[in-house]
Amino acid sequence: MSRLNAANVTLANEIISHYPKKKSALIPLLHLAQEQDGYVADDAMEHIAELVEVTPAEVLGTCSFYEMFKRHPVGTYMINVCTNISCQLLGGEELLHHAEQTLGIRPGGTTDDGMFTLEDVECIAACTEAPCLQVNYRHEYRLSTDDFDRLVADLRSGKRSDIPAHGTLGTVRQHIPADRRAGIKHPDDEGTPAWFASRQPAES
Amino acid sequence: MTATENAPATTGVPFTLNGVELEAKQGENLLDACDRLGVHIPRFCYHPRMTPVGMCRMCLVEIDTGRGPALQPGCMMTVSPNMVVNTESEATVKAQDGVLELLLINHPLDCPVCDKGGECPLQDNAFAYGPGESRFVEEKRHYEKPIPISDLVFLDRERCILCDRCTRFADEVAGDPLIHFVDRGAQTQVNTFPDHPFSSYFSGNTVQICPVGALTAKPYRFKARPWDLTGVESTAAVDATGARVAIQSSQNRLVRVLGVDSDAVNWGWLSDKERFIHEATDAEDRLTDPLTRDDAGEFVVRRWTDATKIAAEALQGPAERIGVIGGARLPLEAQFLWARLTDELGITSRDAQLGDGLDPAILSGAPRATIDRACTPGGTVVLLGADPKEELPSLFLRLRHAVAEDGVKLIELTPRASSLSSYAKARLYAAPGAAAEVAAAISTDASASVGGVDAQELAKAAELLGADGPVTVLVGRANLAETADLTAAALVALHDVAPDLAVLSGLRRGNIHGAIEMGLVPGSAEGGDGAAGKSTEAMLAAAAAGEIDTLVLLGADPMADVPNRELVESAFAAVATVVSIDTFNTASTARADIVLPAAAWGEVDGTFCNLEGRLSPLSAKVTSPGQARADWIIAAELALATGHDLGVGSLGEVRSAMVETVPSLAGVDFDGLVSDADGPVIGGDRAWSLSAPSVSVPPVDGYGLRLLVDRTLWDEGTMVHHAPSLAHLATTATVSVAPAVLDRLGVQPGDQVTLNHENGSVDLAVAADGRLPDGVARIPFRAAGFDAGTLIGEGPVVDVRLDRASS
Repeated sequence: MSRLNAANVTLANEIISHYPKKKSALIPLLHLAQEQDGYVADDAMEHIAELVEVTPAEVLGTCSFYEMFKRHPVGTYMINVCTNISCQLLGGEELLHHAEQTLGIRPGGTTDDGMFTLEDVECIAACTEAPCLQVNYRHEYRLSTDDFDRLVADLRSGKRSDIPAHGTLGTVRQHIPADRRAGIKHPDDEGTPAWFASRQPAES
Repeated sequence: MTATENAPATTGVPFTLNGVELEAKQGENLLDACDRLGVHIPRFCYHPRMTPVGMCRMCLVEIDTGRGPALQPGCMMTVSPNMVVNTESEATVKAQDGVLELLLINHPLDCPVCDKGGECPLQDNAFAYGPGESRFVEEKRHYEKPIPISDLVFLDRERCILCDRCTRFADEVAGDPLIHFVDRGAQTQVNTFPDHPFSSYFSGNTVQICPVGALTAKPYRFKARPWDLTGVESTAAVDATGARVAIQSSQNRLVRVLGVDSDAVNWGWLSDKERFIHEATDAEDRLTDPLTRDDAGEFVVRRWTDATKIAAEALQGPAERIGVIGGARLPLEAQFLWARLTDELGITSRDAQLGDGLDPAILSGAPRATIDRACTPGGTVVLLGADPKEELPSLFLRLRHAVAEDGVKLIELTPRASSLSSYAKARLYAAPGAAAEVAAAISTDASASVGGVDAQELAKAAELLGADGPVTVLVGRANLAETADLTAAALVALHDVAPDLAVLSGLRRGNIHGAIEMGLVPGSAEGGDGAAGKSTEAMLAAAAAGEIDTLVLLGADPMADVPNRELVESAFAAVATVVSIDTFNTASTARADIVLPAAAWGEVDGTFCNLEGRLSPLSAKVTSPGQARADWIIAAELALATGHDLGVGSLGEVRSAMVETVPSLAGVDFDGLVSDADGPVIGGDRAWSLSAPSVSVPPVDGYGLRLLVDRTLWDEGTMVHHAPSLAHLATTATVSVAPAVLDRLGVQPGDQVTLNHENGSVDLAVAADGRLPDGVARIPFRAAGFDAGTLIGEGPVVDVRLDRASS
């Protein structure tokens, strides 16, 4: 669990080439690191700093701002149970308690086998489907406690191939050839934008 | 608090401040305008030298821009026409009260044990604008306290109010964003990346600008309380930038140095060297008594009268057989007296430089630039010398701001990429020995690469030099293993392309420019017999040849500082008498016959002349240890003892004599220097009169690598060595080469390699340095573990060969 591997460095350089400033690729590269290791390791942050030419402190500053970048190892499946108002009214907290007991961990904890990490979260934008949760940010709707047990069993037995391991954003990755990219221009070369130029005082 | 009635009328923006109609300048920040007009708005995060961010919300004031009054942060507002500002309204007062209550929620009440207590903006503002009592009864946030974020700075995150000053400084001003906000919301904290400390040359500034006690500097922690401190304004004399400082002492010990904002020089910033080097003044092993040798050759303590008599005898030998080396440590007044004394004695061999500088003709024979000229927006700066970050760090900050923010175009004509290379518009990395050749090749229609520099870069440089805007060349000594004549030749070549250029001196050593101005340069003695005086190197060579009997060292340590080590050794072995006037035991005082203890920085009043020729005060704050005396008194006493009464009995009399006899000092008001934050510039108008010295550089021989020996900020220098907090920062000697050279050798960074040179070989650790061109090997000067001076001879360049270490 460390620096980006060779394949990902190639990918990282492709991502960096999408931006006029290398630094702009910081967040996509943090996702890449999280996809590789399931979390963003310190070594990976240092590696990203080298790739986008900033200091590791700046990478850490960005990475730590976002809750969904995990800086410590988490389970293969991150289960986020909603306890916000709609879910709470329809049994979200009971669902969370059941999850705690079933998995034997408190929110924030990871099971010993490294399969599951449990979190309680605020609204995940599925109030009509309450109570709901996410597994690696994929929604599961209107869960009873039995549904939860079935979900966990399915995950353990590998039946949920639609849910990739923690860190994977999507299963499809776009590769846009250089000649088909929208005009990438360094902001310094853009000149004054029209909307701004019109407000500049006239030269005397 | 009300606005002053007699606010100066400017051609500005009319606005209303607390019911009074006033005018602000075009584009003036509201906080700046209020400060200028005498209305104080409390603030934490706002700093006039950095971008406003509106982090702390302390400067909320009621502002009406035509849409009704609303609370807005003053630091984020530019005064606009007819703006109505109320800093005393009920809403404003309530907002200030509320902001302070929130800021104090997590702030520990450990003021009695906090270094900032007594001078803390948070304390002051809480007292003036705060609620007085907190309604917060819950547990405060806790962090481990304090944590070291660098060798010099400690961070107490509990006290931090997240004003973004230190992090902004690190990013915007120093360009070392090694501290950053980490986490967010209530957990937000300032921190470094694990195992990447805030090792910036400028880290001490964050301590000075921290508005609470979150950042504290190791050298000052728990040393004094603010109300015990007394202070005086002075000038940092550790390098030639001459940054303005306030020095503070408690119980007759220097405890703290703070940067003072001088528009013309340092903008309030200091390097850690300037900030913490005062520890050396207080060091244990200062020279405290005059010493002479007894019959057995051991030092014996003498009274001043006896020691002066013995030293005077040494000075009264034949004038052409006496050499005076050094003087850059001395204040201007002492330099003046030494110049007068050597004049009287007819000594023409005197040189304040130690063979590691430049021909003083470069400074007298070219128009002189100020820092402000170099930093004029739209101008061009050529770096012809060492990395300013390593040698003149406060100047580096000004230059960095100029090239990063003000559109000043930078041309590097250096042996390796400098600390400003990411901003450079043309990069001419000339191999050692090739600088003059490369400079001569600068042309818009350059078609071939010269000295390792691409034709494209040469053309770019020519274009920049021909553009509008002033051209300033920062001339220094980039490479101690290369003759200074090459730098002079390169400057002349640059002048051919840009005839209007001005020179900003990059000579680094303390008050060197004062010494040159006062005439401590070879051959400028008035009463001499017309024989040209010798430079330091020539004096040492003459001493080695038995042509000089007496060497006088004015705060100089040639044993360590003259690049050519072999030359110094043979000179010291041959010379009969060495008189050393110094503050510390150095390698040279150990070899001296007469040692006179001098007062150090912070112990004497005087005047400093920086690299622009700008005068600023040096102030006494503490008393000297033992019998150490001010240099001007030593000079005056020696003059009396040699029968040449200089007629000066006080510093004031010395200054009067200076104003009368030195043309460039005519009309200078020495007593007014303290209150003048910018200070007068002397010796201004100079016409171009340089011609290129001819140097022939041999082709690279079988050894294969050209040697680059340059300085780093933290070295084994006498002052750094004697400052306990800084001594351990000294660079360790390694030989660094471009990564490609490492690959060719088949070694890894950190491996031992054998460095072969003319006089033998030595094993050193090797390092990779991507800033070096191929074909160059770099060793830092005065680094711990190896003396690079042993490699430097009399040739124009030095070639070495690297091999894998045999073992």
